[in-house]
Amino acid sequence: MTDTPVLPPMSLLAELTHRCPLQCPYCSNPLALDGREGELATEDWLRVLDQAAELGVLQVHFSGGEPMARRDLPQLVRHAASLGLYSNLITSGVLLTEATLAQLAGAGLDHVQLSFQDVDTVPAETMGGMPGAQAKKLAAARLIVAEGMPLTTNFVIHRGNVGRIGRMLDLAVDLGARRAEIAHTQYYGWGLVNRAALMPSRAQLEEATRAVDEARTRLAGKLAIDYVTPDYYADQPKPCMGGWGRRFVNVSPTGHVLPCHAAETIKSVPIPDIRTDSLGAIWADAPLFRLFRGTDWMPEPCRGCDQREQDWGGCRCQALALLGDAAATDPVCTRSPDHARISKILADLPETPPPLVYRRYGNAPG
Amino acid sequence: MTDTPTPPVAEDSVVRFLRGTRLQHDRVRDQWVIQAPERAFIADPVAAEILRLVDGTRPVAAIIDILAERFAAPRPVIAHDVLEMIASLAQRQVLTA
Ligand code: SF4
Ligand code: SF4
Repeated sequence: MTDTPVLPPMSLLAELTHRCPLQCPYCSNPLALDGREGELATEDWLRVLDQAAELGVLQVHFSGGEPMARRDLPQLVRHAASLGLYSNLITSGVLLTEATLAQLAGAGLDHVQLSFQDVDTVPAETMGGMPGAQAKKLAAARLIVAEGMPLTTNFVIHRGNVGRIGRMLDLAVDLGARRAEIAHTQYYGWGLVNRAALMPSRAQLEEATRAVDEARTRLAGKLAIDYVTPDYYADQPKPCMGGWGRRFVNVSPTGHVLPCHAAETIKSVPIPDIRTDSLGAIWADAPLFRLFRGTDWMPEPCRGCDQREQDWGGCRCQALALLGDAAATDPVCTRSPDHARISKILADLPETPPPLVYRRYGNAPG
Repeated sequence: MTDTPTPPVAEDSVVRFLRGTRLQHDRVRDQWVIQAPERAFIADPVAAEILRLVDGTRPVAAIIDILAERFAAPRPVIAHDVLEMIASLAQRQVLTA
């Protein structure tokens, strides 16, 4: 379906497990969470890492769920390091101890991204659904910095915590983080279910952006800040994953190989599986990866648009979730014939947020 | 971060990679890359020449000497490029003096 040249992927997102002690309602994991029994074995992951390095992957992001729930994490990190892969651990920190950190550092872990639900304990633990989590996260951050490991703190933003961004960034500096991510909720998976409870107003978004700008000046030289905005308020979609099948490859806990972590929602083609095919063969040839690679698949208005190699037509999973058609222009784009859907969603946001639907096994609606 | 003025680097300082950053040869694409937290960026050939000499013991002056000889170029020209590149990589949290 396409003659687009296949470039090797830069990054592997290794979603080791969906198990997690927290239950954040903004979690971007799929509603159908994989159970422990279906998870890949250690040998499978070792093979994935071999194949990823061979294919040209430079960085591996160990994520989840909570990747530290897998006992073989140090072994996987060690293997990644032996292959020259840069390893990043994306963790909630609640399972991290001095001993586990020492094991990971000894195995060659390069960097940790530690997530916080908030700067204040009560709203943080209300969101995460785990009493005692905040103290554990603060302790984890201190251990990581004391060990000398570079730390990025990540804060997910929603209507309930936008007002505290300045203080979140101060906390990041106090903890000794080198980088901080202020990431507005992305509305996939559980985040989409909870959209009405989480989406900030336009005024709140502007306040958030001001707070980030102000902190960038105030903390210049101390903290690098990455800012991710909610695309519903943008005029143009984000270049999801840097283009379909272009930079990122995602392996799910059960071994599904995906162009992005929400791609299991696309049912028109089979989902490739690392237990039956190699990463290289899947990356180059699997119908799921070829489906939206490059620009040949694009409908109007993307097809004739000068932005088509900037944003790649936006997010396929968002087009599917909101329009029922994964091959449509992302409705976030003001040029999309369906953009009115987004305006309506924003106009209809309730004054009082509905109750949160927590992310846990068996709690998905429908 | 981009607004801060780049602090000058002295020739007698010893620079090293910050923990969590390194120079690496990307075999598949045959290029040098700087591996850093959550991103890898391409080191152009000039940056790669400089960074390959960053070993945590060599002072900047020695790096300049080696490159001036290797490229048979006037030392002040090389010094200017090396100091500028090192300052900018320090700013981007890749190197530290
Ligand atoms: S977002 Fe929350 S629930 Fe989801 S994996 Fe991260 S810590 Fe766990
Ligand atoms: S029309 Fe398509 S390519 Fe153009 S800006 Fe919108 S989403 Fe991007």
